[in-house]
Amino acid sequence: MAHSARRDSPELPDLSLLKRLVRDQLIYLLEQQHEVDKLYKVEHKPIVSISDQICFLIRPRMQTVKWICDVVNADKAAGKFRRYKIIFTPQKFYACEAVLEEQGVFGDVTTDEWAFYLLPLDEDIISLELPEFFRDNFLAGDQRWVRTAGSALHLLHSLFGPFSKVYGIGRCSKMTYESWREQVEQGEQKARHAEIGNVFLIDRDVDFVTPLCSQVVYEGLVDDIFRIKCGCVEFGPEVTSSDKSIKVMLNSQDKVFNEIRNEHFSNVFGFLSQKARNLQTAYDKRRGMDIQQMKTFVSEELKGLKQEHRLLSLHISASESIMKKKTKQDFQELLKTEHCLLEGFEIRECISFIEEHINRQVSMIESLRLLCLLSVTENALCVIRSVSCAGFRQSYGADHLLTFSNLRQLGLLVEQQPGETLTVMESKVGKLVNDRTAVKLTDAFSSLAKKSHFRALSKKLNLVPKSDEEYDLRVPRDMAYIFSGAYIPLSCKIIEQVLERDGWTGLEEVTRLINGHEFAVTGKIPGKFLRIILVMFLGGCTFSEISALRFLGKERGYKFIVVTTAITNSSRLLEALLDNNV
Amino acid sequence: MMKSKADEEDYWNSSKYNAFTFDDADDELSALKETKKAVNSIGPLLAEDGEEDWERVSWSGEPVGSISWSVKEMAASNQRADREPAFPKISTETPSLGKSQSGISLSSLFKGKPKGGNLQTFNDVLGDPSLRLYTPELRKPKSEYKDLVSDWSAEETVQRLQQGKGVTLEKFRSLQDKLLLLDLAVAAHDGNAITAVLIYLKRTLCKGASLRWFCCRRLNVTFSPFGFFCSEVLFRELESRQTALRHFIHYLTENREQRLLLELLRALGRTEEAALLQYKDYKNIADENKRRDFLKSCLSLQFGGEDGNHVQDHYTLLERQIIIEAADRKAEREGKLEVFQKFPRKASILNMPLITTLYYCCFYHYNEPEGTFSSPLNVRQTFKISEKQYFTTALAARAKLKNWTDVDAMFNSRNWLGFSKKKSPLSFQRVVDILQKNSAPTRVLQEYVGLVSDAELRIGLAQKHKCHDIVINTYRDMKDRQQLAEYRKKVERGSAEERKIDELLSNQQIRWKN
Repeated sequence: MAHSARRDSPELPDLSLLKRLVRDQLIYLLEQQHEVDKLYKVEHKPIVSISDQICFLIRPRMQTVKWICDVVNADKAAGKFRRYKIIFTPQKFYACEAVLEEQGVFGDVTTDEWAFYLLPLDEDIISLELPEFFRDNFLAGDQRWVRTAGSALHLLHSLFGPFSKVYGIGRCSKMTYESWREQVEQGEQKARHAEIGNVFLIDRDVDFVTPLCSQVVYEGLVDDIFRIKCGCVEFGPEVTSSDKSIKVMLNSQDKVFNEIRNEHFSNVFGFLSQKARNLQTAYDKRRGMDIQQMKTFVSEELKGLKQEHRLLSLHISASESIMKKKTKQDFQELLKTEHCLLEGFEIRECISFIEEHINRQVSMIESLRLLCLLSVTENALCVIRSVSCAGFRQSYGADHLLTFSNLRQLGLLVEQQPGETLTVMESKVGKLVNDRTAVKLTDAFSSLAKKSHFRALSKKLNLVPKSDEEYDLRVPRDMAYIFSGAYIPLSCKIIEQVLERDGWTGLEEVTRLINGHEFAVTGKIPGKFLRIILVMFLGGCTFSEISALRFLGKERGYKFIVVTTAITNSSRLLEALLDNNV
Repeated sequence: MMKSKADEEDYWNSSKYNAFTFDDADDELSALKETKKAVNSIGPLLAEDGEEDWERVSWSGEPVGSISWSVKEMAASNQRADREPAFPKISTETPSLGKSQSGISLSSLFKGKPKGGNLQTFNDVLGDPSLRLYTPELRKPKSEYKDLVSDWSAEETVQRLQQGKGVTLEKFRSLQDKLLLLDLAVAAHDGNAITAVLIYLKRTLCKGASLRWFCCRRLNVTFSPFGFFCSEVLFRELESRQTALRHFIHYLTENREQRLLLELLRALGRTEEAALLQYKDYKNIADENKRRDFLKSCLSLQFGGEDGNHVQDHYTLLERQIIIEAADRKAEREGKLEVFQKFPRKASILNMPLITTLYYCCFYHYNEPEGTFSSPLNVRQTFKISEKQYFTTALAARAKLKNWTDVDAMFNSRNWLGFSKKKSPLSFQRVVDILQKNSAPTRVLQEYVGLVSDAELRIGLAQKHKCHDIVINTYRDMKDRQQLAEYRKKVERGSAEERKIDELLSNQQIRWKN
């Protein structure tokens, strides 16, 4: 980042404690409790093992449990007698046990739990690694993970709390808060020095626009293109310029990455070449050294320099590869369309761009992303022609009928039937129904298409900076830099506003447009106003949002710790809604 | 509660298995100790006074003193002292419930049953001497506590469900009790508990799904001789409980209980969803003829909005693909048609999207008369493909074949006012893009780059695709001497292009703007 952080920003608590905790738990569970010596990946196929005890470590998914039942029943049929143990993580579900019972293997299979809630991906990112949270909670309306989220929060509270304030927005946030509060009440209070002061809970469905945008900060781009998994990325042969792929940890330990991760991509090359020059100078130092100096150089500096050299060349090739891929898919034009959609300009051109995109059968997920972005930004104002949706099915296959039904249910894609427009009459009726009833109605039928009010929100919160001013991406002036200065992520803007106002006062119109469920509560134990803020995204957050929060933190002297049910991006978000997995 | 030193060493020495190599193996022990210390310092896990001794019971069957136990208990400790809550409750808009009948009494907590009927660990627990001290009642023979189990109130039961502890729901036999249980679970926002109650409700209220269960339990359920579906009771109650309903639907979906799910959706009048659910089944049918017949049977379902038309299209498309596939496979095998020899088919056309099918037809059957099933024009007609869409696909297909005459003809035939000008429903910029992606030679590209109307765009494209003539002519038309002179540096020395630029630059008749 070009400008330095405020001096008074606090130090982050040490999250590696979490890792040690769960690791020891697992070792304990496997070794002492169950004497496990080998681990296998659970797949739907017979297990070849001579062992008479088999232990499965799985997420509580009914499908996986069914596979295990098949294994057990196959063994039984073959006259093999084994003992089976399923360790569910982070917790078991009754539905899974019911499967064991229904399949007649309850008793043959015993169960246990490994309370593994939080995986620290970096010093300021913690993930629950529950990508299914999004679909289960927001599409199916299944609240099975609410308690999990509450327990995760509770764990953080007992390790780094007590929290002094909790803010939140969204139905799931509210429920998570309640679950956490109950667990706190049932547990014991202990006086300890609080390391995390404030907590912000936010539902993913508060802001669908942000995760649908193409990411242009380095870390986000790497995630969009190479897919970061558990803080780890696999660079293929096109990056390593050999025939092998390599796996790299991407976190603040990587000094080179740490400097560019939050940068807009256009700055990355500059940074990298500057870095390369510095490195050269450092190497050059050894010229004219005497033996003694050389010895010190080799023992002290060389290793670090070599390490940096390796990382540098890696990120340079990664950037090159990103450039190549992006040029191929006309990234410039794509971005232009996105920005127009965000701004609400030249919508007709945008629609024809999207239609062409679909017609040419270019990447299905990209087309879907653009369609959804069009829908959530424009909503009823603009005619999302059924034609383009029909075109989509023609291009990518008839089974997307089901995908569209999912998107409709989530309010991500509202198709307008031919000839249907929002009449004056309709909008009048809409106004007549007072807000209270409207809220109740949406609650009762939240499966019905929701309306997004992006345009109004954008105006209210100034999400789109004026386009006539030049935006210097090297010296970002607000969070919009993460989208090339075209858009401030709604989710982060809400967080900024609430922290600034210390609550929701003055944001009534905004919360109404988001469909409410906001809250701000103060704990009975008065805590100092701590500048360390835990932001919990329920349903996933993107690397761009994390970058934006890091920027905000630097500006205002906060430190953010992001807890998310999973790291997401547009592809993951939409893939979760395709209908080929269930 | 810290394990004695001897215990700890015992553990490490007796373990014949190697620790997992998360990190450095040497670090393991010290790290473990450190963590343990950290965990222990978090809070006084072991209450000093005897009154709270009961807290040391491990409900999950893990020996007291294990790290996993302590962390879990920390998270879900059962102390319910009367003290002011640290954080206020916020309303989450759930149906209001009757007041809790009773608080948790200390003794009721002891009547715990090990989780999930896990006898093995249960015995382990009993075998742990440290536990004996604190759990007198757990030592009682099994038969003694069994009949006490059902003492929990609905509130306590739901609370135990939330905490993942073992419960018995059998005592809740009246519909009212069952629904109270359900409402309490919903009020707790715990999906796991909601589903647990729903599974119980399904077992006890749906006839078909739970015959086995009924036989085992021999419950007093009146079976109506008139084929009365017990599930109707459940469905009716769920209708007014949207949250529970969504959980039930999700549970049935995950458990693949298609029949019951369809029955439920129909009973609720959600016919469109039911139709989609039924339609979805086509994915499980691999054989194309059976799949086609299945799709045909779906046509009578009540789809919502446009969905019905799409299913119709899906059926028509597959029907057609089957015909085309059969004919083409034969033609390919017989080797009569040259195009199949030159460009062997990579895959069967079955189950491909419509546009892929159209592309295929444009590739292999371009000039067929409109009457045949495989004619592109016929496909276009049948599925009402837009002109733009058709054009894009046909262009790509013909370009792929490098059939530039066909490509050329596409633009001409568009113009019926005398073939003088090339016209396209697609922007020429896009046309160039498609052609270039199909590796068209510069000669062909040049023609279309020249047709891009915007001068700036034209120059950009021409430069990208090395159409020098167009760049030069455009600069000439723009009377931009400087740019032209600049461009001279980019063309090859002594080439025709260079000569042309020189000629233009020395031309006195052009009135350059700079």
